[in-house]
Amino acid sequence: MTAEIGHYALVLALLLALIQGVLPIAGVRLRDSVLAGTGEPLAIAQFGFVAVSFTALTACYVTSDFSVFNVFQNSHSEMPLLYKFTSVWGNHEGSMLLWVLILAFFGALVALFGGNLPATLRANVLGVQAWIAISFLLFVLLTSNPFVRLAQVPLEGRDLNPLLQDIGLALHPPFLYLGYVGFSIAFAFAVAALIEGRIDAAWARWVRPWTLAAWIFLTLGIALGSYWAYYELGWGGWWFWDPVENASFLPWLSGTALLHSAVVMEKREALKVWTILLAILTFSLSLVGTFLVRSGVLTSVHAFATDPARGVFILAILIVFIGGALALYAWRAPLLRQGGVFAPISREGALVFNNLFLTAACATVFIGTLYPLALEALTGDKISVGAPFFNATFVPLALPLLFATPFGPLLAWKRGDLYGAAQRLTAAFAIAVLVAAATAALTTGGPILAPFAIGLAVFVMAGALTDLVERTQLLRQRWPVAWRRAAGLPRSAFGTALAHFALGVTLIGIVGESYFTAERISTIRPGDTIAISGYRISFEGLVARQGANYREVSGRLSVRRDGDLIGILTPGKRTYPARGNSTSEAALLTRGFSQIYVSLGDPNPDGSAAMRIYHKPMVLLIWLGALLMAVGGLLSLSDRRLRVGAPKPARKPALQPAQ
Amino acid sequence: MNALRVMLLVSGLCTALPAFAVQPDEILPDPALESRARELSRQLRCMVCQNQSIDDSDAPLARDLRLLVRERLSAGDSDRQVLEFLTARYGDFVLLNPRFSARTALLWLTPVVVFGAGAVVAIIFLRRQRGARGGEGDPGREAALSTQERARLDDLLKPGP
Repeated sequence: MTAEIGHYALVLALLLALIQGVLPIAGVRLRDSVLAGTGEPLAIAQFGFVAVSFTALTACYVTSDFSVFNVFQNSHSEMPLLYKFTSVWGNHEGSMLLWVLILAFFGALVALFGGNLPATLRANVLGVQAWIAISFLLFVLLTSNPFVRLAQVPLEGRDLNPLLQDIGLALHPPFLYLGYVGFSIAFAFAVAALIEGRIDAAWARWVRPWTLAAWIFLTLGIALGSYWAYYELGWGGWWFWDPVENASFLPWLSGTALLHSAVVMEKREALKVWTILLAILTFSLSLVGTFLVRSGVLTSVHAFATDPARGVFILAILIVFIGGALALYAWRAPLLRQGGVFAPISREGALVFNNLFLTAACATVFIGTLYPLALEALTGDKISVGAPFFNATFVPLALPLLFATPFGPLLAWKRGDLYGAAQRLTAAFAIAVLVAAATAALTTGGPILAPFAIGLAVFVMAGALTDLVERTQLLRQRWPVAWRRAAGLPRSAFGTALAHFALGVTLIGIVGESYFTAERISTIRPGDTIAISGYRISFEGLVARQGANYREVSGRLSVRRDGDLIGILTPGKRTYPARGNSTSEAALLTRGFSQIYVSLGDPNPDGSAAMRIYHKPMVLLIWLGALLMAVGGLLSLSDRRLRVGAPKPARKPALQPAQ
Repeated sequence: MNALRVMLLVSGLCTALPAFAVQPDEILPDPALESRARELSRQLRCMVCQNQSIDDSDAPLARDLRLLVRERLSAGDSDRQVLEFLTARYGDFVLLNPRFSARTALLWLTPVVVFGAGAVVAIIFLRRQRGARGGEGDPGREAALSTQERARLDDLLKPGP
C-alpha cells in the first residue's frame, strides 16, 4: 500500500506541475493577477506531494519491504537503520526521486519566500520551474519508477553496495543535488527575465542568494565526495578527474563565474547579457552532469546504444531546455539595455578577468570530459583523456586566476588603481616570498615547483586579509576605530575575504599532498616496524571481528614519534556476504593538518599482510579550504542585503564607500 | 558523484575490492627505476576500468601492465620507448594523456581557442566601454569622468521616487 501511495502522489505532483506550468504564465500574459498568483499554492502543493512520495519510498526501505523491486535490489534487513535511510538515494531510481524532491523544494521556497519579488517575475519563475519539474517527473514515472512491485516477494534483499554504506557518502548526494538543482532557480529567473524582456540590478539581487545557496551546497557536496574517495577507495587519492567528478565540477566553475558576474550586475547594471547567459549555462551543465551520470553513457557508449530509454529521455530534456533557453536568449537578449560603463582597470574589469579564466577552465574540463565520448560515438576511435591532460590544461588557467584574486577586491568600482592595489599588496607579496624561500630551504632537493605554489597560496591568503586590513584601517587607526569600522563592514565583505582566503588554504593542501606525500608499500609481519617521515609504525597483528552485516579483518599498528606512543591504527578489510564483495577501511591518524594513512591489503596465512602506509602532509587543508569557502558563502548569504525575504531595498543602492 | 563512479566501477570489469594497486612484490629494487615506473604508471590507463590509471587499479590487467612497464624499464628502455611499446600494442586508448594528432587537435586546441576568443571579446568589450565614455571626442580617460558624467552619475544614484 505504501508504495502505491508514493506512486500515486508522484502522479498527482505531475498533474499539479502541469497546471503550474501553464496558469501563472498565462496569468501574466492576460494581466490576470489571480491567475498569475496560482503559482505559489501550486508549487507548495507540488512539493507536498513529492515529499509524500519520497516519504513512502523511505518507509518501504525502513520496513525492508522487499516486495518493492527497488528495495529488494538495494537494501538488506540487517543493514543499520541509518543506511536503510540513505540507501533510498543510493540507486538510480531513488536518487532521481531525490532530484525531483529537491527541485520541488526550491520551487516551494520561491513560493514561500519570494514575497519581495514583483508578482509577474515570481509567476514566470514558478512557471519555468514547473516545466523542469514536469520533465523530470515524467522521467521518473516513465523510465525510473522506484515503486515497481515484485510478483513473488523475496525473503531477503540484495544489500546496498558496501562502498556506499558510509556516512560520507550518505550525505554526499543530497548536498550535491541541492547544489545542482539549486541552479535551476537561477535558470528559471534568467528565462523569466528573458520572457519579460526586462532585467535590472534588482534581478541580480534576487537571484544572487539562490545562486549562492546552491553554490554553498555544491561546494560541500564536492568536498564530501572527495574526502570519501580519499579514505574509502584505499589509495589516498582525492581527485581523479573522473567524468563523474567533472560532471559536478563543471556547474561549480560556471556557478562561481555566475556569482561574480552577478555582483557586477547588481552594483553596476553592467554585464547583464553575460550574466543571463551564465545562469542558463550553469544549470545546463547541471543537466549535462545528470545526463552523463544517469544515462549509462560513461560505462560504455555501446551500453547506452543498447538500452537507450533513460539516456535518450534525459538527452531530450537536455536539448529542449538548453536549446530552448539559448534560442530565447538569442531572440531576447539584444533587447536588454547595457548598463554602467567602466574602465578596464576596475573592480568590474577584474570580475571580467575572473569570468574569462573561469569560463575557459570550464570549457577545458567540458571538452576533456566529453571529447572521448563524442569521438567514439562519431568515429568509433577510442582515446583516453585523464589526469595528465587536465593537469596540463586546467592548471595553467587556474594559476593566473589565483594570482589575480587578491587584486580584485582592492580595485575600486568603475576606475581602479592597479598600481595602488599592488602597493597595498606589497606586504602580502613579501610574506609570500619569505614563506616560499623558507619552503625551498626546508625541502632542498625536493620538487622545484612546490615552493612557488606554496608562495602563491600564501599570497592569496595574505591578500585576502589585506583587503580586510585596508577596509578597517587596522594598521593605521587605533584599535577601537578599526573595530568600529569592522563592525560597519557588510558581512559579504568578510564572506568574500574568507572565501578567497580559503582558496589559498586548499592550494596549500593540494601542494602538500601532491608533492610531499611519503609512501611505503610492503608486506610486513607482526613485530615489524616501518619508518616514515619521522614516525615509527609497528605492526602488532591481525584481529577478526563480526559487524552488523559484514565480517572484518583488521590490522593493529602502533604509531610512535621520538619513542612516545601517539596512536593506534586499525585499518580493516570488510567482507559483505550478501553481495560477496568487500571494502577497505583505511585507518587515519591526524596530526595537525597532516595525516598518516594506512590501508590493509590481503593478509597472508603466516600472519603477515601487504600494507600501504602514507604520510600526507597538510592534506586536510584541501577539504578545510572547501569548508571555509562554504562558510564564506554563508556569511555573504547572511548579509542583510541578500537575505531571502529582506524588505525591498531602495531602487538604487546608496553610495557605498570603498566597495 | 563519487558514489556513482563506484557504482560504475562495480558494474564494470574492475573488482570493487579495496584498491591495492601496486603490490609489494612488484616493486623494483632500484629506487630511481621504480620511481620512473610509478610516474609512467600514472599516465597509462587500465583498459578494463572506469578511467583509472594502472597505478591506481587493482585489476589483474593493470598488474600485468605494471609488470610489463617494469620489465621494459629494467631492459633499459627510455620512458618514451615504454610508452611507444605500449601504444603499439594497445592503441592510443592506453594513454591517459592523449597525443596531439588530427583526431585530438580539437581537444587540445579548445582550451587555447576558448581562452583566446574570450580574451578578444573581453578586450573589445572593455575598449567599447572606454569609447562610450570618451564620447565627446576626447578619448582621454580622465577627462570623460568630469561634469556630464558626474551629473549623470548623480542622477543615477539618486534614490528612487
